[in-house]
Amino acid sequence: MHLTITHTTRYSYETPVHYALQKIRLIPRDTPQQRINDWKVQITGGNREVIYHDQHGNVTELMQIDPGASEVSITASGRVETRDTAGILGKVYGSIPLWLYLQHSKLTKPGDGIREIAATLEAAQDKLTGLHDMSARIAEAVKYGSGQTYAGTTAEEALKGGKGVCQDHAQIFISAARAAGIPARYVSGYLMMKDRVEQSATHAWAEAHLDTLGWIGFDVSNAQSPDEHYVNVATGRDYLDAAPISGLRQGSGDESMIVSLQVQQ
Amino acid sequence: MVGENKFFDEMSGHNGTVRDAYAAYHDWFAEQDAERLAKKSQDAETFFRRTGITFNVYGQSEAQERLIPFDLVPRILAQREWTKLAKGIEQRVAAINAFLHDIYNRQEILRAGRVPKHLIVGNEAFLPQMLGFSPPGQVYTHIVGTDIVRTGEGDFFVLEDNARTPSGVSYMLENRETMLQMFPELFSKIKVQPVSDYPKNLRRSLAACAPSSAGSKPTIAVLTPGIYNSAYFEHSFLADQMGAELVEGHDLRVVDGHIAMRTTQGYKRIDVIYRRIDDDFLDPLTFNPESMLGVPGIMDVYRAGNITIANAPGAGIADDKAIYSYMPDIVEFYTGEKAILKNVETWRCGEPGALQYVLDNLKDLVVKEVHGSGGYGMLVGPAASKKELATFAEKLKAKPGNYIAQPTLSLSTVPIFTESELAPRHVDLRPFVLVSPQGINIVPGGLTRVALAKGSLVVNSSQGGGTKDTWVLED
Amino acid sequence: MLGKTAGGLYWMFRYLERTENIARLIEAGFRIALTRSTDAESEWKSVVTTSGVSAGYAAKYDNYTATNVVDYLLRDTSNPSSVTSVTGAARDNARLVRTALTTEVWEAVNETWMTLTELLANPVRETELPSVLNTIRQQSALVRGALHGTMLRNDIYDFSRIGTFIERADNTARIIDVKYYTLLPNTSFVGSSLDNVQWETVLRSVSAHRSFRWLGESEMTASGIADFLILDRRLPRSLSFCISQIVSNLDYLAEDYGERHACNDMAEKIQSRLKNRDIESIFDEGLHEFITAFIRDINSLGQQIESDFRFGG
Repeated sequence: MHLTITHTTRYSYETPVHYALQKIRLIPRDTPQQRINDWKVQITGGNREVIYHDQHGNVTELMQIDPGASEVSITASGRVETRDTAGILGKVYGSIPLWLYLQHSKLTKPGDGIREIAATLEAAQDKLTGLHDMSARIAEAVKYGSGQTYAGTTAEEALKGGKGVCQDHAQIFISAARAAGIPARYVSGYLMMKDRVEQSATHAWAEAHLDTLGWIGFDVSNAQSPDEHYVNVATGRDYLDAAPISGLRQGSGDESMIVSLQVQQ
Repeated sequence: MVGENKFFDEMSGHNGTVRDAYAAYHDWFAEQDAERLAKKSQDAETFFRRTGITFNVYGQSEAQERLIPFDLVPRILAQREWTKLAKGIEQRVAAINAFLHDIYNRQEILRAGRVPKHLIVGNEAFLPQMLGFSPPGQVYTHIVGTDIVRTGEGDFFVLEDNARTPSGVSYMLENRETMLQMFPELFSKIKVQPVSDYPKNLRRSLAACAPSSAGSKPTIAVLTPGIYNSAYFEHSFLADQMGAELVEGHDLRVVDGHIAMRTTQGYKRIDVIYRRIDDDFLDPLTFNPESMLGVPGIMDVYRAGNITIANAPGAGIADDKAIYSYMPDIVEFYTGEKAILKNVETWRCGEPGALQYVLDNLKDLVVKEVHGSGGYGMLVGPAASKKELATFAEKLKAKPGNYIAQPTLSLSTVPIFTESELAPRHVDLRPFVLVSPQGINIVPGGLTRVALAKGSLVVNSSQGGGTKDTWVLED
Repeated sequence: MLGKTAGGLYWMFRYLERTENIARLIEAGFRIALTRSTDAESEWKSVVTTSGVSAGYAAKYDNYTATNVVDYLLRDTSNPSSVTSVTGAARDNARLVRTALTTEVWEAVNETWMTLTELLANPVRETELPSVLNTIRQQSALVRGALHGTMLRNDIYDFSRIGTFIERADNTARIIDVKYYTLLPNTSFVGSSLDNVQWETVLRSVSAHRSFRWLGESEMTASGIADFLILDRRLPRSLSFCISQIVSNLDYLAEDYGERHACNDMAEKIQSRLKNRDIESIFDEGLHEFITAFIRDINSLGQQIESDFRFGG
């Protein structure tokens, strides 16, 4: 499937910026599931300082917002050729040893709720089935909906709250898989929802690793494995590692953000 | 000084006969007037105070700046003793760098099972952000301070490998300076290898590790947490001696893909940062977001290859106390040679059998926490009360993996000058090692720390230790 | 040079200058209190006002006795401008810019801090006051001597000097401001003994009571003293002298860096208001207004220098 993507994030600042940096992970790479054509990231109101591969292999850019700017926009756009592999990325490995994907981060530290889910997975005879069952169970336990959680909500908190977005679903999944001894990681990217061009937001899902198959994707929020409607942009141990944009700003004043995302065939 | 010494005394051995290295000094000392020496000792203190060679102590409202007591009797090593020691240190430091490169890249040593994975997994000193990255020149530990103890004529042991930001080199330099001022005649009588090249060598060594994009004269800066840091004197001293800028986090920002410092004429690019702040505080954008001391974005610039950070973030995994016990294996794995320097015998309390042994012999052992430094989280068995032993035993049983145990060593002694005479006190030695692609350079001698209280084995300056000038004699 | 270092030098020398100025003010106040018992309280009050710490003082004390004022100005750590506070701040700045200082300057500042900390550890008795004040001035001279004798004449020196003269200009202007009414030519007290004492206090506050006489102005008059303090470029504490030093040090910086800043023009503008001026025209303009404007301008200049040379963020 050929997907054409335009993803714009626009920040407005109440008071002009004195000094601010943003870390951008918006450049997808070729994988067995996707081939990237003509991808570019355009910045207005800011300056690209460096570009490099982070420890997860994500192409990362550091941007400085122009001093005195009160608006900055970042547009990632291009075409991606995707392929349905039944959610299996396979035995593709980078610099991170698998055992590191068993390590909990602050956001994925399990509590009682997650440990209970993990126990079921641990008991499952067939791990692949167990992972699918777990995905369904998480979707049931945590209804999709915004407003209840934020970027810093931990997996356990989201589970207790019973409501969350794709980020929470993915992190609960990762946390439980790790607790059950299965390496797991966070993926941020794009999903083309059927019958619409304007997508409400970027997407996130999880990948788990089984020795037999390698990495396998699980989109808890949509109760499916990523297919040719998905574009993998960045991976990490949790949201913080893979966040499309994260920043730091000196000075006061509020900021607001508007995202517009078109994914079409 | 005749008699039986329980501990090996570096001046008079075990039997009270003056050892060769000390012969000339001993003769000189015998001719000295004790009162004059006492006066000199006073002068030295005044000198240190006036020059501001102090360290800050936290949580003490009075006398927030303290002097590290200086003893005027030098610690003397013969050239041949030093040569052997230096060779061992060089081998060990080379292995540490190879280990760090491996652990942050292919992890062959883990695959080979020579170091157990669980020591790395979940270890806070291990930084995933360093994975799949090679710092400029492939150097991780630009500056190392290897703590060495001695128990006998030829018995040197490594106690700790300080691979993060070893401090104390300014005291080494100032101690020599003080000795030269106080006893110039001694140095014309006895040929001592100079240490004064250290700042120049440090500069050269750091410059050699600059990113390839830096010019022929890279700009070097020392990054300090600020004037209230306990080691601020050393930071400013080294910057001064190297001719480098002394910067704080808020002097720096990212400019045109590099780290740059705010000068009176605008921002100026820096190529090498000798940082004296901990990993966690280095970059709020990558590590602790609360950090006010660091430089946002420095890790991004680092991974892009545009700055050298000395020592490399994550280097601390190499001096972790849990890794320490594997150093002989590490040396062998990367150099293909047996380790020249010995480790102190170490029980890893997390291993079967070890815990029981440690609990049974607690009163004779030193137990250290695996994550921690400065001697705070440790138990010195022979000095502990019954109650302290019992409390510590419980802590051990609760989390055995957090502790290692070592025998209490019979540290060598070197005399100190008390008000009127010489009296033996326990010492250790911290040589300072510089690493660059051009090689490993060790300053002859290093910092000798001395436990000033009679019988004490604790040499830390934060707990009543002092320092001595350290001499390596010329042949 | 780091912007922070320039700022550290500037403030270090402002603070050092301040210790000396405070010592002089106390000395003058002490003197007048000794010679005139009736109006001592108002003299001490004007010492506090001149030091710019009225609010802090009033919050702590409700009278102006020698003991309280001297203690507040010399030792009180809750007073950010006390000699104890300011000496500590000067030394902190010296530590900050340690790499820019010669050993001699650093040691002089460090010794000053050690000496004064010890000297002011306990309340100063009246009998000790003259010698304590003397020590403070001597220490200040020690640092200045080390600066002149050992420092390269480069930007480091320029920022040190600029800090010194901004502080000094501000101090002299405050002294005139507080006592301006005694310097007006037409007051009804002209020639009275009150004037003589007041004038002498003013002169003493800037260590100019002897030099005024040397310069042959045997007859003290209000306008003579005002002229001396404001316009006489021979007096190292006159406004005119201070601003000309600032202008020339800023010029050196502009030359050194190959770039002129807003502060250069600003300083020259302040200077132009003092150049080729006689005291009569200042009286015509209004001495009080003139001094108020000067204090405001010199403070703006300080801020402009901080921003032009990037002392802060």
